[in-house]
Amino acid sequence: MRHLSRRAALALGAGSAAITLVGWSKSASATPQAAAADIAKFTAGATPEQGKISIELPEIAENGNTVPLSISVDAPMTSNDYVSDVLVVAEGNPNPGVGTFHFTPLSGKAEASTRIRLASTQNIVVVAKTSSGKFYTAQKLVKVTIGGCGG
Amino acid sequence: MAETPKIRVPKTAKKGEVIEIKTLLPHTMESGQRKDREGKTIPRKIINKFAVEFNGKPVFSATIEPAVAANPYLQFFAKVDESGTFKFSWTDDDGSVTTAEEKITVA
Repeated sequence: MRHLSRRAALALGAGSAAITLVGWSKSASATPQAAAADIAKFTAGATPEQGKISIELPEIAENGNTVPLSISVDAPMTSNDYVSDVLVVAEGNPNPGVGTFHFTPLSGKAEASTRIRLASTQNIVVVAKTSSGKFYTAQKLVKVTIGGCGG
Repeated sequence: MAETPKIRVPKTAKKGEVIEIKTLLPHTMESGQRKDREGKTIPRKIINKFAVEFNGKPVFSATIEPAVAANPYLQFFAKVDESGTFKFSWTDDDGSVTTAEEKITVA
């Protein structure tokens, strides 16, 4: 092959990326079950209701090393009715935990953004706890082109 | 911690206004999943907690796992009723804490 065409070079690159991913996924251990266990711990066994939460994530994340994530929960955020904790789990990462946001009435809005790492295409599950002890949940699927947990 | 956090807080606000705050701390957030050239696992070293207080009262905090990207960025809101000082703190796995302060004037 005297001239490696642009297309062939890209294909080679994509191929090696795929190999890296496959090699890596063996060590990935989080499963939807592990994520569900984390959620059960957070809710102390209560079943969260669907709704009230909106998750902003790209549909396709080209780089799993840094994926923008915004979460907003519909809540009045007054001193007797507010969202206190928001748990974020990733079903397909080596560890399901991503983080927990803790809000207070001084937060004004139950809304926060960060950037997360995603190992592969997977569901992100968000569970919110209100000051009155109710739980809400929502989830979103993200397609990840290149995984972001090193390896 | 030699790194300096980047923080954006409005200088002034109206009483009762909900303001947006953005923070970023340069940090590798070593996940504990990566391996070095000899195949040894690089030990985990991340920021595991972030907290914000306004005039001594908690506003927002986050418990952080290795799945948060390098240079942890957090954007959130705060309701301000009086002038005062925001205190920010980032806690590293090694126990060190990076702190910063920002003042706001509420008219």
